[in-house]
Amino acid sequence: MGKQFTITCPVPSTQADCVMLAHGGGGRLMHQLLEQYVIPVFQSKELEARHDGAVLDVGGARLAFTTDSYVVSPLFFPGGDIGTLAVNGTLNDLAMCGARPLGLSTAFIIEEGLSFDTLKRVVDSISRTARDAAVKVVTGDTKVVDRGKGDGLFVNTAGIGVIEHDRVIGPASVRAGDAILLSGDVGRHGVAIMAVREGLEFETTIESDCAALTLPVQAMLDGGIEIHCLRDLTRGGLATGLIEIAESSRLHIRVEEEKVMIEENVRGACEILGLDPLYLANEGRFIAVVPQEHASRALDIMKGHAVSCGASRIGSVSESPASLVTLECCIGTRRILDMHSGEQLPRIC
Amino acid sequence: MCLAVPGKILSITGEDVLRSGTVSFGGINKQVSLAYVPEVRVGDYVLVHVGFAISIVEESEARQTFEYLKQMGELEELGPRP
Amino acid sequence: MKYVDEYRDRATVQRYARAIRRLTTRPWAIMEVCGGQTHTIVKYGIEDLLPKEITLLHGPGCPVCVTPLELIDKATQIAARPQVIFCSFGDMLRVPGSSSDLFSVKAKGGDVRIVYSPLDALQIARENPSREVVFFAVGFETTAPANAMAIFQAHMQHVENFSVLVSHVLVPPAIEALLSSPDNRTQGFLAAGHVCTVMGYEEYVPLAEKYRVPIVVTGFEPLDILQGILMCIRQLEAGRAEVENQYLRSVRRNGNRPAQEQVTRVFRVVPRKWRGVGEIPQSGLGLRDEFAAYDAEGRFGVAAYAIEEDSECISGEVLRGIKKPQECPAFGGRCTPEHPLGATMVSNEGACAAYYRYRRLEQQVAGAGKGS
Repeated sequence: MGKQFTITCPVPSTQADCVMLAHGGGGRLMHQLLEQYVIPVFQSKELEARHDGAVLDVGGARLAFTTDSYVVSPLFFPGGDIGTLAVNGTLNDLAMCGARPLGLSTAFIIEEGLSFDTLKRVVDSISRTARDAAVKVVTGDTKVVDRGKGDGLFVNTAGIGVIEHDRVIGPASVRAGDAILLSGDVGRHGVAIMAVREGLEFETTIESDCAALTLPVQAMLDGGIEIHCLRDLTRGGLATGLIEIAESSRLHIRVEEEKVMIEENVRGACEILGLDPLYLANEGRFIAVVPQEHASRALDIMKGHAVSCGASRIGSVSESPASLVTLECCIGTRRILDMHSGEQLPRIC
Repeated sequence: MCLAVPGKILSITGEDVLRSGTVSFGGINKQVSLAYVPEVRVGDYVLVHVGFAISIVEESEARQTFEYLKQMGELEELGPRP
Repeated sequence: MKYVDEYRDRATVQRYARAIRRLTTRPWAIMEVCGGQTHTIVKYGIEDLLPKEITLLHGPGCPVCVTPLELIDKATQIAARPQVIFCSFGDMLRVPGSSSDLFSVKAKGGDVRIVYSPLDALQIARENPSREVVFFAVGFETTAPANAMAIFQAHMQHVENFSVLVSHVLVPPAIEALLSSPDNRTQGFLAAGHVCTVMGYEEYVPLAEKYRVPIVVTGFEPLDILQGILMCIRQLEAGRAEVENQYLRSVRRNGNRPAQEQVTRVFRVVPRKWRGVGEIPQSGLGLRDEFAAYDAEGRFGVAAYAIEEDSECISGEVLRGIKKPQECPAFGGRCTPEHPLGATMVSNEGACAAYYRYRRLEQQVAGAGKGS
């Protein structure tokens, strides 16, 4: 396949009468596609909640059910690969419901011509990552498609978890006055992926932050923190995660730019390529929205776990202006954070 | 055209049009062409645009933005407003 | 980061804002010509710091915005060919052509790659000797030395499968065209600091004298913009019209000589069409005869293609500072970053896109319900 740059999300220049790559970018266009063609058709209250996973009532117990597909290219990058992404991504969606994972499925769509060596590396990676999280892969599927139709390998994972608390965790539970907590520095995954593309390489290796978020979330629940909402930050970055919560809850979120941690070399890469780190993908970071009086204890708990040791409070929730996220810039002015149309591209202008 | 970022030169190699160096941008290193800044030395800061150093950042001039207001204030104290 | 963070210092920003407010006694219209400066102004809400008397206009400072429609069409035609690897800066990929754009070409299977530097495109050519590698050489004077070097090295090292699609534009002729236009509102200019890093600022002196406008060479960080505005206001209030240099840490009066020499060796000045502005004589760069073999237009037989722009988009008037994005009837409604009608909404630095992304609180609250 070569080390070709794969842009995962362009913005169409004309009114699209078919699905374009941009619709997969996690930004405004993808939301439009879901709102127009998907969610209203299925008519399920779980989908209406617009949260990462669905919560199902099963004879007195509550189960969380989620699925995700991984189409990343290249398959291997510093700090992870499609296998680690696939496992952690689904584990994290379950964690964002406050669920303890019970089991995972993995489905492979393999392009003819993929080497067995590559397949073995990915499967080993999935196995290792699941084992580290004390979760088993219990079922799956395998398909092979014609050469030229599959980008090497696509992986889908689904996960089931059990919810052992009685909280309703989602945007509907967010209240004015809540604190916004961020589990660590942002932008690493987005830069790590871009850095391995041809022509955008750096001599310093930036590693993806791909990791499972189950432990700090469970610890907060066990510690009695009244969690109102959780969101793991994936495509579209911190900004998109916050905007989704603000729009779903119809409340206002204020963020202080200076409180958002960005690692120095991630910052350098963003300056060079003209990227805004607030919109870059992460794979091991989450936002927790908790009542003001729980914020300090929640932070202590988060800092006690490796994956969230860099946790900090970055903002708060208020009534208005409703459904908007405003950023207080480092120079003291304010601006609205808007959802991007598609994925960011490096720029020279 | 716009995006040029300051970085510190860590090492230099090659000559003339092929002269290049490793430049550090806040912790990230990249190979940059130094063909257009022949007088540059290791430790200097350069402005880099699309992989080329286009100028050497002058430290003494860089401070001027912070002294300008003070100078303005002193000038105004000296005489009546124009 | 050194030489970056200091220029985003909150206390100094506030001091500059106060000084500007104190000095301004009358309405003034100042234009910044560079898309990167537009980006900073809107991203950091610089206008919120200025008194109401100062209007900031956004000029044609983004080559994405000013690249003629036919060049985009030529690019998409070339990029669609199976033997071609088409390399470009990221900025160009979303610009709409008359029926397609580079991204759509890629989605349909074209080998379109984003590069950070023209030297990366040259390297791709070396590594793929059986393919034709084409680089989209777009930019102002800032980027010309880099593009010139790539072409020069290709020639020196006989990398024959490399060619460039050239769309270079020069800033001073564009400023002159703006100033000499009867509907010009601009009273002062912030000249593009990185263009001047390469070219120096001698060429702006006759413009300042002839049209009686102050021109301040300005950098790109919030403090640079504020100091540039302050210096411009000081001149305007005092009735002066000179060229001054705010961006002292990078710009010298004569610019970068070795860079200029390389540009002159590879390129010559030609007339160029500016999207939304029209043809401006002596405002572009084209390849010199000895490098003509590297001209992609000749190599791929697209030189004769021509097309006229026709759309409701008022990009042209926005580019010339005559209208602000919000004054366009399509802004935020029919024309958004998701469905752009023209180049100023497509480019991250286009005035319309910049306004849409980073719009001020008051505008959003006031226009609530209007196309989000």
